[in-house]
Amino acid sequence: MELKEYQDVWVFVQCFQGQPRDVGFELLGQGRLLADGLQQKLCAVVIGKDVDEGIKGATEYGADIIYVVQGAEYENYSSDAYGHAFLELCEKYHPNTILIGATANGRDLGSKLAICLHTGLTADCTALSVEADTGNVVWERPAFGGNLYARILCSETRPQMGTVRPGAFKKLEKCKNNQAVIIRENIRTAEADILTKVVGFIKAHDESGVKLEEAEYIVSGGRGMKGPENFEMLQELADLLGGTVGASRASVDAGWVPQTKQVGQTGKTVTPKVYIACGISGAVQHLAGMHEADTIIAINKDASAPIFEVADYGIVGDALEMIPAMIKEIRAVKNLD
Amino acid sequence: MNIVVCVKQVPDTTEIKIDPVKNTLIRQGVPSIMNPFDKNALEEALQLKEEYGGTVTVISMGPQQAKATLRQALSMGADKAHLVTDRAFGGSDTYATSYILAKVIEKLGPFDVILGGKQAIDGDTGQTAPSIAEHLGIARLTHIRSIKIDGNKCIVEREIEEGIEIVEAKLPILCTATKETNKPRYATIKGKIDSLKAEIDDITLADLPNMDTTKIGLKGSPTRVKSTFTPKRQSCCEIFEIVDPRETAKVLFGKLAEAKLL
Ligand SMILES: Cc1cc2nc3c(=O)[nH]c(=O)nc-3n(C[C@H](O)[C@H](O)[C@H](O)COP(=O)(O)OP(=O)(O)OC[C@H]3O[C@@H](n4cnc5c(N)ncnc54)[C@H](O)[C@@H]3O)c2cc1C
Ligand SMILES: Cc1cc2nc3c(=O)[nH]c(=O)nc-3n(C[C@H](O)[C@H](O)[C@H](O)COP(=O)(O)OP(=O)(O)OC[C@H]3O[C@@H](n4cnc5c(N)ncnc54)[C@H](O)[C@@H]3O)c2cc1C
Repeated sequence: MELKEYQDVWVFVQCFQGQPRDVGFELLGQGRLLADGLQQKLCAVVIGKDVDEGIKGATEYGADIIYVVQGAEYENYSSDAYGHAFLELCEKYHPNTILIGATANGRDLGSKLAICLHTGLTADCTALSVEADTGNVVWERPAFGGNLYARILCSETRPQMGTVRPGAFKKLEKCKNNQAVIIRENIRTAEADILTKVVGFIKAHDESGVKLEEAEYIVSGGRGMKGPENFEMLQELADLLGGTVGASRASVDAGWVPQTKQVGQTGKTVTPKVYIACGISGAVQHLAGMHEADTIIAINKDASAPIFEVADYGIVGDALEMIPAMIKEIRAVKNLD
Repeated sequence: MNIVVCVKQVPDTTEIKIDPVKNTLIRQGVPSIMNPFDKNALEEALQLKEEYGGTVTVISMGPQQAKATLRQALSMGADKAHLVTDRAFGGSDTYATSYILAKVIEKLGPFDVILGGKQAIDGDTGQTAPSIAEHLGIARLTHIRSIKIDGNKCIVEREIEEGIEIVEAKLPILCTATKETNKPRYATIKGKIDSLKAEIDDITLADLPNMDTTKIGLKGSPTRVKSTFTPKRQSCCEIFEIVDPRETAKVLFGKLAEAKLL
């Protein structure tokens, strides 16, 4: 097949227990830009036992076509069942570009598809664009812990594929009157072909309140917060702002905050309206997860801390002194006292 | 229990600095280390060996200097080490790297358990290990917390975003370790001394006769790094010194309100 015969931009709308993860919708927004650039259609792929929510979301977030594979064997993710279903779809419809959220399962699926389709997979992309003359997607991604960015091409093979971390892009507005064409494919995977079987699940500690990836305001604490007790004031400030608390790896490693709160290369990628970094030095691995925030406020004793290089507003001083003052001020603004 | 661990030698990315004039990475003087997650993979292998018996083989693809990392693995307790090295392997992306490593594993095997890291801290893709499993046609479970072996089966705890899955699979299995999997041990003095004397052989293209050479190296890699750049950090940060914290807070929130951020 000629490269130009591969058509359309596909986004994997991954679900967990029937609930679509946000990253699929974030990617539909990016997928739309690529599809328009390539003058092709934007398609969503929904695989699962319960697919209704996935189909509904994919429609609202603007897919032109939704490919659906439904069956009991897709209740939980497995490389074998999901891989098989996705590969069958690819062999029938020959997509040009595939976008997958870089969750644990998404990275796994991406690797499987790339090997089976003999094509390239670019990891953790943070910016995507189309080369007008060639139709190649330019995949931009950080490497070396965020010290270096690379532009990567997959110019000789199709589909061209990439993963994107949850939170790296924002969802577009829902489009209530979008009409998507829904194509159901009857693809079954035999039990004998599924080598791994989920037999249990332990839910992560319920994160109360706003999820990190979705928060518009994040108050993050690092080693400079000195101890777990001081995260209470960060929580109070976050609550007043309607946001949530984040953390650097140093405070996670110290056991002050659960790992689910870690922002950065090996934690979460966040793009809030306002990110307040308290007692965080700004190591590249931390910056990799938050530098795309709209507004960054840094509070650090050390005027030469690298966090100030990405901050919009910097407060040089003691966070333990500054945060209570910010809490008081915001309470006053909100007439809470 | 035959176990193989894939370890990558990486620059210590916490030590990398950017040349402010040329805007490139300064790699000179940056220490090379064993990829941190591969240490967790090796630790898991050593614990499996302690519990179920067997041997732990480590392999690394890279230049001769990667032997230092293999020696470190031996000093921690691995039994055998092989360096996968050939000019023809240079420039491999994850597709090609995983294909080469799969061929090496086929040659050295069979293995019951293959371990790797969640991701390498330089290339950062996290794709190589699951791709190896795909080339080998075996089961894989990424981001594991623990593995227990039960006859020809294993029970694995695996991290996903929402929590921990408990998964059952037949052997052979490929798993990737994270920082949460375990706490890697230190090498013993005796281990260090023994590792200095250990033989580490080179596995080259010539040792892998059934390799499809169209799938290796730069030519066999479907992705191409077109260009690289260092991130531009804005330096237009507006700095406030704290004179009176409350006053500073007032000014700051005033700015946010002005920008309609409150
Ligand atoms: C493979 C790898 C992956 C990593 N992934 C991540 C990741 O995902 N996320 C992450 O965050 N890190 C990650 N790291 C770790 C990263 O390199 C840094 O070590 C870490 O981010 C440092 O955390 P910190 O800024 O809280 O601590 P430090 O670097 O110790 O900084 C503490 C800061 O607090 C300031 N301070 C001290 N007291 C006060 C005070 N009273 N008031 C105000 N400021 C004060 C100090 O001036 C200093 O700047 C990773 C590292 C590696 C090798
Ligand atoms: C700036 C830059 C960006 C890149 N981006 C991409 C990309 O998007 N897609 C792509 O396909 N390639 C990419 N590459 C190439 C990729 O880095 C190499 O293929 C590399 O050999 C393996 O990938 P990794 O470092 O990401 O390892 P990962 O896949 O992150 O490593 C995971 C695990 O695989 C094992 N492993 C990996 N490499 C070796 C090895 N040499 N020897 C033994 N075990 C190993 C280890 O257990 C390791 O923990 C990029 C390279 C650079 C320099």
